[in-house]
Amino acid sequence: MPMVNIAGKEVEVDEEGYLIDLSQWNEDIAKYMAVEEKVEMTDNHWEVVNFLREYYDEYQIAPAVRVLTKAIGKKLGPDKGNNKYLYELFPYGPAKQACKIAGLPKPTGCI
Amino acid sequence: MSDMDMEDDGSGIVKKFMFLNRKAPHGTVYALEGLEVVLITAAFDQDVSLVFTDDGVYQLMKGIDTKGIEVKDFSKTYRALDGYDIEKLYVDQTSLDARGLTEDDLIVDVSVLSDDEMKNLMDEQDVVISF
Repeated sequence: MPMVNIAGKEVEVDEEGYLIDLSQWNEDIAKYMAVEEKVEMTDNHWEVVNFLREYYDEYQIAPAVRVLTKAIGKKLGPDKGNNKYLYELFPYGPAKQACKIAGLPKPTGCI
Repeated sequence: MSDMDMEDDGSGIVKKFMFLNRKAPHGTVYALEGLEVVLITAAFDQDVSLVFTDDGVYQLMKGIDTKGIEVKDFSKTYRALDGYDIEKLYVDQTSLDARGLTEDDLIVDVSVLSDDEMKNLMDEQDVVISF
């Protein structure tokens, strides 16, 4: 597995750049992943990333995009729990990109 | 997969899938792989029933602690199934009784079926996949 140096720390990622050891995650890693994904992080981006980390903590999986959208809608309201809003934040797939930034594995069933 | 491009192009055939979980959660990879297959099937909008029988009922036990064996505790993931619209979870009374368990020992809500009810449920399926 490739190693990358992020803010002076060696971390292991998989061949698609997803973090291997979740417990290593910190804000520096998130920012590094965001640059890799060409995503400029705003408060709205962080909100989704933090939501995903909480989701993972509770259920031990990275949710599929449909499930993520619904879960965000339930917690943050319908103006955020919809495809348009989430794809504007993460154009190459909210589950895929936001999971990577959150240090989670690629969502199960993500094609 | 996104909801936006889920237009009906005539390929929307829905089959009744039953996933039969028969093994203890750890020691073999069946339970975890079975769970992954179930999550993927859900993305294709199929009619999914999940059955836990024999030692498979142990997969749903509350309070599983995998620290000592250094593997991921995926029992929490069963609680996410609801969000994947997988709501049909079944356990058979015989398997619970044989292991001294009741519904209260399980991490999610299930329907407990008699052997005859389970037999009928299996008869209704298009596809039965056993893990």
